[in-house]
Amino acid sequence: MATLEHTESPGHGTEDGVRRRDFINIAAVSFPVAGAAAILVPLINQMNPSADVLALASIEVDLSAIKEGQAIKTIFRKQPLFVRHLTAAEIADADKVDVTTLRDPQTLEQRTSAGKKQWLITMGVCTHLGCVPLGAGEGENRGEFGGYFCPCHGSSYDTAARIRKGPAPKNLEVPKYAFKSDTVVAVG
Amino acid sequence: MSFPWANQYAPKNPFMKWMDERLPLPRLVYNAVGAGYPVPRNLNYFWNFGVLAGAALGIQIITGIILAMHYAANGAIAFDSVEHIMRDVNSGWMLRYAHATGASFFFIVVYLHIFRGLYYGSYKAPREMVWLLGLVIYLLMMATGFMGYVLPWGQMSFWGAKVITGLFSAIPVVGTPIQTWLLGGFAPDNAALNRFFSLHYLLPFVIAGVIILHIWALHIPGSSNPTGIEVKGPQDTLPFHPYYTAKDGFGLGVFLILYTLVLFYAPNALGHPDNYIPANPLSTPAHIVPEWYYWPFYAILRAFTSDFILPAKLWGVLAMFSAILLLFILPWLDKSPVRSGNYRPAFKKFFWLLVADVLVLGYCGGSPAEEPYVMISQLAAAYYFAHFLIILPIVSRMERPLPLPNSITEAVLEKHGEATA
Amino acid sequence: MVRPIAFLAGLGFVFVLLFSLVNGAVAYISEPPKPTVEHEFHLHPKEVHFASDGALGKFDLQQLQRGFQVYKEVCSACHSLNQVAFRDLEHIGFTGPEVKAIAKNWAIEVPSINPATGEPATRKATPADKFPSPYANEVAGRAANNNALPPDLSLMTKARHDGPAYVYSLLTGYAAQEGYKNDAGKELLKEFPDAKTSPMLHFNPYFANLNIAMPPPLVADGQVSYADGTPATVDQMAKDVAAFLVWTAEPKLQTRHEVGLWFTLYLLLATALAFMAYRNIWSRVKH
Repeated sequence: MATLEHTESPGHGTEDGVRRRDFINIAAVSFPVAGAAAILVPLINQMNPSADVLALASIEVDLSAIKEGQAIKTIFRKQPLFVRHLTAAEIADADKVDVTTLRDPQTLEQRTSAGKKQWLITMGVCTHLGCVPLGAGEGENRGEFGGYFCPCHGSSYDTAARIRKGPAPKNLEVPKYAFKSDTVVAVG
Repeated sequence: MSFPWANQYAPKNPFMKWMDERLPLPRLVYNAVGAGYPVPRNLNYFWNFGVLAGAALGIQIITGIILAMHYAANGAIAFDSVEHIMRDVNSGWMLRYAHATGASFFFIVVYLHIFRGLYYGSYKAPREMVWLLGLVIYLLMMATGFMGYVLPWGQMSFWGAKVITGLFSAIPVVGTPIQTWLLGGFAPDNAALNRFFSLHYLLPFVIAGVIILHIWALHIPGSSNPTGIEVKGPQDTLPFHPYYTAKDGFGLGVFLILYTLVLFYAPNALGHPDNYIPANPLSTPAHIVPEWYYWPFYAILRAFTSDFILPAKLWGVLAMFSAILLLFILPWLDKSPVRSGNYRPAFKKFFWLLVADVLVLGYCGGSPAEEPYVMISQLAAAYYFAHFLIILPIVSRMERPLPLPNSITEAVLEKHGEATA
Repeated sequence: MVRPIAFLAGLGFVFVLLFSLVNGAVAYISEPPKPTVEHEFHLHPKEVHFASDGALGKFDLQQLQRGFQVYKEVCSACHSLNQVAFRDLEHIGFTGPEVKAIAKNWAIEVPSINPATGEPATRKATPADKFPSPYANEVAGRAANNNALPPDLSLMTKARHDGPAYVYSLLTGYAAQEGYKNDAGKELLKEFPDAKTSPMLHFNPYFANLNIAMPPPLVADGQVSYADGTPATVDQMAKDVAAFLVWTAEPKLQTRHEVGLWFTLYLLLATALAFMAYRNIWSRVKH
C-alpha cells in the first residue's frame, strides 16, 4: 500500500503556515454567514407596507353638512376617522376637566385646530386594542363621559375624545390635518 | 451505515450530549452530511450537482413562500398582483426574478445531475432505488414548474395550461372528461388557477420529502465515483465534512455567481415575452412554447404527425410520457457490469450522441412547428428511443470494457503517476 | 422480460416516427410550402441604443420626461398605461407638486361614484391613482377603433421581442406599400398581389403581419414641443417614447443593475475564499 497522505513538506507545518490557513478557513465560513445575514434584510423588509399602500392619498372632508352635536365616520388610510361638531355644552364640559387628573393630559385646544375648537377630528380607533368606539353614529352609546365608548373592553372617552375610564392608555389619536376653507378640511 | 470505519459521533459539549440522548438529530446530520459519512476520495466536480439542486430547491421554497404573501390566485387580479410585486412590494422585483430564474437554474443543475448519473452508471445495482427516487423528484419538478408558469396568468400561462391539460384529451373515451376535471371547467379559469396555486405550493415540500428518501437510499451503498468501482476500505474514502463540504461550498459559489448574473442582468432571457400580455382566452399567441426545460419532450410530442393504427395525437402523448418513463427501467436495460463510461468505449460514444440528440430535440422543441424542425425532431426522437430501448441493451451485451483498476486508490495513484506498491 | 418488451416498444416508436418522417418528406417534396408574405417582407427591429442598455445602464431622466410628454400628448388618447401610477413619475424626476398637477389636469378622469346620488361619475386623478384608461372598457375601446383594441402600453417593451427597438421601429417604420421593395429587391405587390393592405389598415413591415390598425401616430417634426429644447424630430420622439416605455415596463431596472453589481462582487470574493479554503483542506490529499 502506498501512503496516501503527504508527509509534511517543509514550510507547511510552520506556525505561520498554519495560522494563514486557519484564517482563510475562518474567513471562508464567516463571509457567507455575513452574506446570509445581509440577504435577510430584503426578505424581512418585503413584509413592510408596499409603495401603493404608503401612497394612499390624503382625503378631503366636507364639513358643511355636519350639524352641531353630530358626528360622521369616514375612512382615512383604511381606518375609521371621526369628525365631530361639538356643541357649546360639550366644549364647556371638556374645558371644565382638570387636565392634570387625566391619564393622557391634553386640553381640547391642543386637540383641535386654532379657532376651530368645535371641530373634533380623531381616528376612530380605540387606543386599547384597536376596536372602533361607539358614539359617532346617530343614537349610539356615547359612554358616561358623553364622548365615545368602546364596547370591546369598556373604554370611555370624553367630549374631547380623551380617555377617562377603562383600559385604553391614550386619547384617541388626532391625525394631521389642515382647514382649506371654513367647510373643507384636508386630512393626511 | 455500511462503512465500519466511519467516524463515530461523539459529542464533547454537555448540551450536545444531553441532546443526543434525547433527540439524536445532530447525530443524524453528522452521519448524513457530516464527518460520519465516508465518501470516495476521487469524486470530480460532476458530483457537486446534488448539493446544488438541494440549494436551488431551498431558494425556490424561500422565495416562493414570500411571493405567495403578495400574489393573488384569481383570474381577475393574478396578472396585476404579479406586477404589484414587481413595482410596489419592497424588493419584490428581486424576489420574483429570483424565483423565475431559480426555476431554470434548478432544472439546469438537475439535468447535469441526471446526465452525470447516466454517464457514470449511477443507476446500476445497488443504487437503483436512488435512481428511481431521483426520477420521482424530476417528475414532481416538472409538474411544479408547469403549474408555477401558469400563475402569472399571462398569455403563455393560459395557453400552456390549455395545451398541457389538452394532452390528456388524447386518451380514448375518458380523455375529454379528464381534461375538464383537471381544469374544473371547459377552459382554464379561476378554478384551474386556484388549484394549480395550491398544488404548486404543496409539491415542493413533497419534493423535499422524496429528497430525504433519495439521500437515505444513497447512504446505504454510499456514493458512486468516477471509476465506478466500489469502495474497498478506509483508504478509498474521505469524510464528507470537511472535504466535500468545502468542495461543495466552492461549487455553490460558482453556481450563485452564474445565477446572480442571469437574475440581475438577463432575468427575462429564459422567459417568453408573450407572458407579459395578460391572458386572453380569445387569442392564441403565434408561437406557443413551454419553458425551455420541457423542450426536448415537447419536440417528441410534436414529432408524431401521421396516424398509424392510433391517431398521431395519441402517439405523441404516449411517446412523450414513455420518453420519461423509460428511464425508470434503465437499470434493467443496461446490464453491463461496468458502471463508469470511462471504461466503456462504445457506451461512451453513444452517450455523447445522446447528449447531442437531446440538445437537438430541445432546439427543435423551442422552434416553430415547421420544416425543417419537424423532420429533424422526428430523426432525433427516433434516436432517443433507439438509444435507450435498443442500443443500450445491445451495447451492454456486446461491448468489451477497458481493464478496470483494482481500487479507487490505485486509480488515484495512477493518475498522479505513482506506482502502487 | 424487460429487454425484449423494451426492444419491441423501441422498434415501434422508431417505426412510427420514420413513417411520419417519410410522409412529411413526401408532402414536403410534392407540395413544397409556399413562401409567405410575412416570411419575405417582415423586418426585424432596427438597431437602436438607450442609456438603460447594458449591465451598467442607467435611465436618462431627461429622455424619460420627454418620452412621457410624447405619451401624454400623442399615445394616451388611445393607449392605456394601467400598471403605472402618477406617483411613479416622481422617480423620473418630477417633483411632488408637479406630479399632483399632472394628475389633476390629466385629460381623462378616474371613474368614481357621485357621493350624493351613487350614480357612476368621474373625479380628478390624484398621485395615488394609476393612469386612467381612455376607454371605459374593452368593448368601448373596440367600438372606437374599428374593432382593433389599442393594447395597454405598460409592459409593451417586455411583451415583444427586442421591445424598445420594436417600439421605435414600428413608430418610424410606416411606409407606402405601393412600390415597396425588400432588401433583396423584390417588390411586395408584384410578388404577392393578394397582400394589398386593406383601406382600414396601414402597411408597416415591422409589424408581425405587416398590416397594423394604428394610423401613423408620429407624423411631423415638432408634433410636441420639448421644454428642454431638444428638437422634436419624429425619430427623436419615437426614441424618447420607447425609452419611456422601457421605464414603465421595468421601473426597477436601474436599481436592479446597481444591486446586481454588489451581489456579483460579494459572490466573487466569497467564492474566491471558498476556493482557497477548499484547496487548503484538500492540500494533503491526493484525489
